[in-house]
Parts: sequence; C-alpha cells; structure tokens
Amino acid sequence: MSNVKKTRKGVVVRLEPEEAALVRALMEQLVTLLGDVPGEDGELASVGIAENAVKPDDPVLARLFPDAYREDGEAAGEFRRYTEMGLRDGKREAARTVLDALKDPGSDIVLDQEQAQIWLRALNDVRLALGTRLDISEEWYEEAEQLDPRDPRTPMFAAYDWLTMLQEGLVRALW
Amino acid sequence: MSTAPAPVELERPDAEEDVRADRPWLAIVWNDPINLMSYVTYVFQTVFGYPKSKAEKLMLDVHHKGRAVVAKGTREEMERDVEILHSYGLWATVKRDD
Repeated sequence: MSNVKKTRKGVVVRLEPEEAALVRALMEQLVTLLGDVPGEDGELASVGIAENAVKPDDPVLARLFPDAYREDGEAAGEFRRYTEMGLRDGKREAARTVLDALKDPGSDIVLDQEQAQIWLRALNDVRLALGTRLDISEEWYEEAEQLDPRDPRTPMFAAYDWLTMLQEGLVRALW
Repeated sequence: MSTAPAPVELERPDAEEDVRADRPWLAIVWNDPINLMSYVTYVFQTVFGYPKSKAEKLMLDVHHKGRAVVAKGTREEMERDVEILHSYGLWATVKRDD
C-alpha cells in the first residue's frame, strides 16, 4: 500500500482525498508560518538581506532556520542576515509547488526528478514542523502507542507517521 | 576596535593569524530525531555528489556519534554548503577546524 511509484513517466504520487486534504492543510500552515520575514521592509530586503533577522522564538522556526554557528553569536547573526530571506522564500515556494499539484483532487500526481525533490524538501519541512511541535524523540513510536486515543496529540502522531511513510516512499523512488 | 593602526603591526605579519588562515573550515551535520536516515543519505549524495557508500557512512556517523564533518574548505564554501543543507532541513553548522 504505497502512495509513491516510480514509473517511466516519472514519480507517481497517489493520494486518497483525505490524505490530499491533510497534506494541503499542513502545507498551508507551513506557508502561513513562513509568512513573516523579520526586517523585510528595509531597503536591504530587495537584495535578500534581512536587516533585523534574529533567531526565532518559535521552536519550529528555530528548527527550520538553525544557527549556523554554535559558539559565535555574531557570526550566526551575520549568516542569518544574509541567508534567512532566501531560505524562507525557497521553503515557501516548495510548499506552494505542492499545493498547486494538489489542486486537481482525485488524480494521480506525476512528478519529474526536480519536482519530486521539491516535494521531498516541503514534506521534510512539514515533518520538522509537526515533529518539533510534538517534541519528537528517537522513541516517539512507543510514546505515541501509549497515548490515550482521545489525546489531541493522537491524530498529530498519526499524521506524522503517515508523512514519514510518504517521504520514505519518495526518497526510495528518487534513488 | 582601533581606527588608528600601529605601523609596526602593518610591517610585521602576525604569525598566529597566518597559521589560522591556513586552517580549513568545516561543515558539520548534527543528529536530530526527525530527519530520516534515507533522506539524510540522499541529501549528502545530492548536495555533495558523494557516492552512496560515503553518504551512508556519513549519515551513520551523524546517527551514532551525534554529528559528522560532511565537508571541508574555505569559510565561504562552508557557509554556502550549510545554507544549502538548511534548505533541505538538515541541522548544519560552520566551524573552523581546531
């Protein structure tokens, strides 16, 4: 029961309507989350430099845009100023590419190599977001199995598990 | 930082600085519980053009040792690599080799 198949036409992704709805909802949340760019109003923004970019307070954003220097706050800030806007744009565009492909419900989605790679990155970002919110550890599976089915995190763990399978299928198809 | 340079420093190269300038910079990838082992291997192959065996070994180093040096070079090159790794969602940092 795999959602992903490698064919001569390319990588074919087949999603049930409720699966497509889940991916769509998560991609839309990701686009919203990526929406605010710190310091985007400044003149430097036009050349991709975020004047006031600082490490985000939101743990998900902090995970999507980690400090590039662990022991040098100044260098980390400088790196962020020059890269974060471009990285945000790239992640937002990847999520939008997936959303565009999901506009036509019920049909197979055929991806070429480049599109499949964009899907991989976007799915990974969504898993990073969901996984960070769930505070996923290496032992998350055991943890999730012991949860009360009525716990609000139960459907989130199920979504995370399903996304993991989908992403794994895509990686295998690209290899 | 001083704005008036001392002439003696301009004429005499700082030996310590010279040694540091020769040291390569490193791109390091850190372990995290979310990124898939297959995906991390795929990213190493795609970004660095490493053969699958080398990419897999680096991925296992990240997984078992908590981190791995995935590339060496100039500071600019390593910052560029880390930026690309961040675009793939990997937890990567830059560091001078010590």
